[in-house]
Amino acid sequence: MKNLLILGAGTSGTMMSNALRKALPQGQWNISIVDFEDTHYYQPGFLFLPFDLYTPKQLKRDIKDFIPKGVNLIQQKIDRIEKEKNMVLLQNGENIFYDILVIATGCNIAPEEIEGMQGPSWHKTIFDFYTFEGAKNLRDKLKHWEGGKLVVHISEMPIKCPVAPLEFAFLCDSFFADKKMRDKVEITYVTPMSGAFTKPVATKELSYLLEQKNIKIVPDFNIEKVDTDNNKIIDYGGQEVEYDLLVTVPTNMGDEMTLRSGFGDELNYVPTNKFTLQSKVKENIFVIGDATDLPASKAGSVAHFQSDTLTENIQLFIAGKPLKESFDGHSNCFIETGNGKALLIDFNYDQEPVKGTFPIPGIGPLRLLKESRINHLGKRAFKWIYWNILITGKPIPFVSSRMKIAGKEINTSE
Amino acid sequence: MNEKTLAGFCIRCNDQGYLTDLAQWNKEVAVEIAKEEGIDMTNKHWEVIDYLQDQCRKEVAITIRKVGKSGIVNIKEFYQLFPKGPLKTASKIAGIPKPVSCI
Repeated sequence: MKNLLILGAGTSGTMMSNALRKALPQGQWNISIVDFEDTHYYQPGFLFLPFDLYTPKQLKRDIKDFIPKGVNLIQQKIDRIEKEKNMVLLQNGENIFYDILVIATGCNIAPEEIEGMQGPSWHKTIFDFYTFEGAKNLRDKLKHWEGGKLVVHISEMPIKCPVAPLEFAFLCDSFFADKKMRDKVEITYVTPMSGAFTKPVATKELSYLLEQKNIKIVPDFNIEKVDTDNNKIIDYGGQEVEYDLLVTVPTNMGDEMTLRSGFGDELNYVPTNKFTLQSKVKENIFVIGDATDLPASKAGSVAHFQSDTLTENIQLFIAGKPLKESFDGHSNCFIETGNGKALLIDFNYDQEPVKGTFPIPGIGPLRLLKESRINHLGKRAFKWIYWNILITGKPIPFVSSRMKIAGKEINTSE
Repeated sequence: MNEKTLAGFCIRCNDQGYLTDLAQWNKEVAVEIAKEEGIDMTNKHWEVIDYLQDQCRKEVAITIRKVGKSGIVNIKEFYQLFPKGPLKTASKIAGIPKPVSCI
């Protein structure tokens, strides 16, 4: 018997355990998956939890519920990978040998990376919404907050779900308007990028949203520290922004296990071939999802599209055949714009988000890069798709792994 | 796509003045772009530019943290060399794409 080991049972790892159990013969391959956590969170819901649009209970399931029969779940912490020995060391001292390793350890917030962020003000006047606790504590804060300067902030790129902070700002506008206190809240969006939108077509099509929602933008802001005595964030260039309530996306980092294993980059991401998903660390190590250093978005849809490439390439690797360079950077996400509307974007490594119809070219029913009610319903329906289709490794109807050109308004003259 | 003449060289760039082909880059062009950004190039500036181009050719995503850990400059010094949005300014002078997010 040969052994395939998956590290991490989040979105990517769980999907891979389901896909690989179907793909690899039971009698020849043992599959194990390691994750210390008990709970599988529906992470896209963390955006809605602060506004009481989802209850905490709707976002939690038992991690065991989604690991298929025939896959051995090991609930231990990972110490490190010994790649030369094809072995993973667990923190309880046990060793697991593997023939093929899949790293799916994701990424997490690292507020300790920014001076002053994680002090006594953490989850009092400074909040994240990228963790269950952060989103829940922020919900409790927003319930009774009387208004003032609300700063929505990105510490540094790359981050998981790069549009989530912008969606958060949009939802704040609706939330406070519904509470009849929008005039008491000043919303400022602070980003290290050159603007809230950075791609040409999206900038042209979507910049109206900020004006419409009266959201002030502070671009090119690379945070150096949080001054909690004076409630302001300060950047390396000396720029300052005052806040009464700071909702930040702290630095995102991969699991420290990669650092202990001696191959993570400066943010603990694993060097990965962007087309095949084989690691650059060793040929029998593959990587999926947020744990990679790929120039693709860190998002569940991306992991879903990657899972097709990875499942096929692991089978090719076992057969001793060349791997397929089939992952194209495809990403697909709904963007909540507030007031019951949403946008949808569909793009890849080379193609920026443009207008069009999705998933059926010329028909839709969803509209790309355009606000609509049906896009919002799509986003809300996604929770069911996530629990019932996505992480169980099933294909999503009409949605292909590689991005489709049909149905998109692409200006080829540029 | 635009074409413009810098230091006697005809180069292609996007609407925001970023070169679309790194092969068209040379030091004379870079000096002209730097002037437009109000920067006089020094040896330290060139070291940073070299580093950014090297990372770009390796297809590694460039972040301000990476520059700060490059051993060439720390982030404060990076700001002193290229004030206000150092990564986007330095990328422009280096002839590499502007750092972008997904939309």
